[in-house]
Amino acid sequence: MTFIPKPKISHPSLPRNDLGLTRREYEGALSTLCAGCGHDSITAGIIEACWGISIRPENLVKLSGIGCSSKTTAYFVSGGHGFNSVHGRMPSIAMGANAANRELYYIGISGDGDSLSIGLGQFCHAIRRNVNMLYIIENNGVYGLTKGQFSASADIGTKAKKGEVNQQPPIDPVLLAMNLGAGFVARSFSGDKAQLVPLIQAGLKYPGFALIDVLSPCVTFNDHEGSTKSYAFTRENYEPVVEADFVPKQREITTEYPEGEATSVLLHDGSRVVLRKLAADYDPTDAHASYDYVQQHIAQGEYLTGLLHCRPTTATEFHALNRTPDQPLNQLPFSALNPGARQLEKLMARYR
Amino acid sequence: MGTDDRVNDFAIKIATVNGTGSASANTLLMKSIFRSGIPVMGKNYFPSNIQGLPTWYEIRVSKDGYVARSGKVDIMVCMNAETYARDVREVAAGGYLIYDSTWPRPALLKRDDVTVIGVPLARMCNEHFKGVRTRILMKNICYAGVLAALLDLDLERIRELLAETYAKKPALVDSNMQAIQLGYDYAREHFSCPLPLRVARMDKTGDHIMIDGNTAAALGCVYAGATVAAWYPITPSTSLMDAFKSFADKLRIDPQTGKANFAFIQAEDELAAIGMVLGANWNGARSFTATSGPGVSLMGEFLGLGYYAELPAVLFDVQRVGPSTGMPTRTQQCDLLAAAYASHGDTKHVCLYPANPEECFYMAVQAFDLAERLQTPVLVLLDLDIGMNDWMCRDLKWDDSYQPDRGKVLGKEDLEKIDKFYRYLDKDEDGITYRTFPGVHPKGAYFTRGSGHTQLGTYTEDSAEYQLVLDRLLRKFATAKRHMPKPVIEGTGTAKAAIVSIGSCDGAVHEALDVLKGRGVQLDYMRIRAFPFGEEVEKFLADHEVLYVVEQNRDAQLRSLLTLESRVGKSKLRSLLHYSGLPVSSKFIVDGVLADLGEGRRAVAGVVS
Repeated sequence: MTFIPKPKISHPSLPRNDLGLTRREYEGALSTLCAGCGHDSITAGIIEACWGISIRPENLVKLSGIGCSSKTTAYFVSGGHGFNSVHGRMPSIAMGANAANRELYYIGISGDGDSLSIGLGQFCHAIRRNVNMLYIIENNGVYGLTKGQFSASADIGTKAKKGEVNQQPPIDPVLLAMNLGAGFVARSFSGDKAQLVPLIQAGLKYPGFALIDVLSPCVTFNDHEGSTKSYAFTRENYEPVVEADFVPKQREITTEYPEGEATSVLLHDGSRVVLRKLAADYDPTDAHASYDYVQQHIAQGEYLTGLLHCRPTTATEFHALNRTPDQPLNQLPFSALNPGARQLEKLMARYR
Repeated sequence: MGTDDRVNDFAIKIATVNGTGSASANTLLMKSIFRSGIPVMGKNYFPSNIQGLPTWYEIRVSKDGYVARSGKVDIMVCMNAETYARDVREVAAGGYLIYDSTWPRPALLKRDDVTVIGVPLARMCNEHFKGVRTRILMKNICYAGVLAALLDLDLERIRELLAETYAKKPALVDSNMQAIQLGYDYAREHFSCPLPLRVARMDKTGDHIMIDGNTAAALGCVYAGATVAAWYPITPSTSLMDAFKSFADKLRIDPQTGKANFAFIQAEDELAAIGMVLGANWNGARSFTATSGPGVSLMGEFLGLGYYAELPAVLFDVQRVGPSTGMPTRTQQCDLLAAAYASHGDTKHVCLYPANPEECFYMAVQAFDLAERLQTPVLVLLDLDIGMNDWMCRDLKWDDSYQPDRGKVLGKEDLEKIDKFYRYLDKDEDGITYRTFPGVHPKGAYFTRGSGHTQLGTYTEDSAEYQLVLDRLLRKFATAKRHMPKPVIEGTGTAKAAIVSIGSCDGAVHEALDVLKGRGVQLDYMRIRAFPFGEEVEKFLADHEVLYVVEQNRDAQLRSLLTLESRVGKSKLRSLLHYSGLPVSSKFIVDGVLADLGEGRRAVAGVVS
């Protein structure tokens, strides 16, 4: 049996969010991934993030494709609506669902195989359409469920468990997303919960397509010496350059930021993302500058983390371009959709 | 056959070059006949090309209202030198051949048994019009004028049609009318007009329209309340989506806010298109796509998910000639099996088979009701002939008391009342379970997956739990039979032999039945309108000793589906297969049945003569 429900007993003293819910109420089924898997840490980050900004569980739509990462939608927010679809095709399900109801929160969980190989096309086009969703890639450089083949994110020179060395260049989802015009592009590490949680919160609130590429080591097939996606390598070579804080609408910005180091991006509901630059020569709100900066550092073998690029894209969000009403399409009354018998009678004249 | 018999009963075929504006001339001719109250059919045999390749248009005038090809050409208009040779061969003996005599071609046009009518179309147009493009376009309008004189068409009606078409460009009405008049006058001056084949006013097109199936289906989607349309362009389905967009742009814009009460998404491929449709339906919006054979192949994996995870979806498959890319602008019914069993594993899908544009409209609405009632993808199988040709059919009507059947959906109040919700639990024992939409109520949450699941909605690899759900899906399919549109059954019910057919064959079958009856062969007829097959289909098959299965593909796909999914014995089913890419003609069916009966089986058919 691979489905293990978790007992739902919570201690009365557990802290509660604005909805009066505890963290336990944002949990899901027990994970069946390998012990120590990076994905489980990301799952924990999602639980913390959703609880922290008090998302109603039933308003969360959890979408995924196929693979280890895609299984995790069952491991958080069991009160949300999960949809584990087919390999590489989660973005199209997300697009359709989002078109039907623009009011919900959409979180897509994918992997490097799911997004960068079989689903590369759908991943790119979801960005182009600026679907309002948070898209998380749990990136470990290998195919886990089929036992350790290289994925398209494997770096040149990285070594497989059995010794094979990858010769093909990787596809970097961060650069790709920036290239395609995404307005919210982040990179993080499953082991850095402090960085990850505010990123997830900001990504969920960002009104457009938000990508977080999370390096998430595969303890079973890609955590050995010679791998560029191991815990050890990541800790050594991943460098935070910009820290993001998510500040909900109701709350004042209380943290003191040194002059010139912080900039904030206002979201449609009045909440804001505060970006703290850790590198002085870097402007994360400029699309071209962000792209160049990240690319140059990759060329030097440095993987920058944090909210690497953030700018408002509300005007090009899917529903804005489509001119859909504020009321979700799935809630429009039939009378607003059906033109009626008299209209049809009039239309017939065209065909005589 | 006496000449009188040919009034309002003949076929014209016009051979032109693609991209020279001949479509306007042909539509003009057809519509002016239609507006004279005479039943007419127009079929376009066009190339997969924008400009330069040969193209044909066939107009059949039929006082009896037959809507299929007769299989015979009485008047051939040869406007394409490249295809002269084959076009000349195709005219029936005693027929007429019209050609552009600016360049005489006596050798090629030699036929002693047809009347050759030469009109210097190019020369006249060069003398009267300026500009290369205008001259080419007017040459085609000019042949319409020639035909107007030869067939005795009403010029006022033609002017009226031109005025409607060019309402915003009145200058074009005059220049087009000038070209018509040129041809008209020349014909009247040089030939004895009208020909024995001619039209005479009737009163048989009142309450009728000329519409193509793609347009009618799109209109059905608007009326059914579809809000999310996702697609990838593919001939011959594209015009269905274009039509939806154009209707929705007029009928679905909120008058107060100017907002669009629909979403129209051009996907990156067919896989994404059906994914979006499933996602939208899962989330409670009526959503559809349109495609053709290659798209159905690509959508296979997702259709399997739709079947197993029980997601409504509506898919219009406007069938074209296969296999592979095949002939994209020619017609066939070659996806019957691919649609019924799309995807790996034990899957089967509800299919609807409209026979004409009128049925496309009503079946489009029905498809959404069935998809939501049964929580499964519904495939509506048109073909290029229905989808892209203008058919004469009765006015489309709407009943304002219609309410969409959303099926078993638990809303906020329903969920409030229950203790716990299980997505795949068969509470009503009809195989159909209850569903919920996200964001409605905390108790409505569940997990949708294409992997093995229990009736409670959880993941499983347990054999018994897995089989429970799979067997329930079979029960649901049995329930579906009761909801399917019933077959159309005609005839006396006493004949031993019958025709069984599907979709666009209907027109040709009807005419063939009349012709056969005239020759002493009385057959019953069943037109299948849906899969899975219900009891009415079973009974008809059981009640007849010989069944001619008429369909438009090579491999007898309808016959195969009948033998797989009904109790009928294989040996009773005799195939009449038409798969040239052109719509089946009545002659093909008549010849096929007579040839078979000629082999000493007349007694079986209960035929005396």
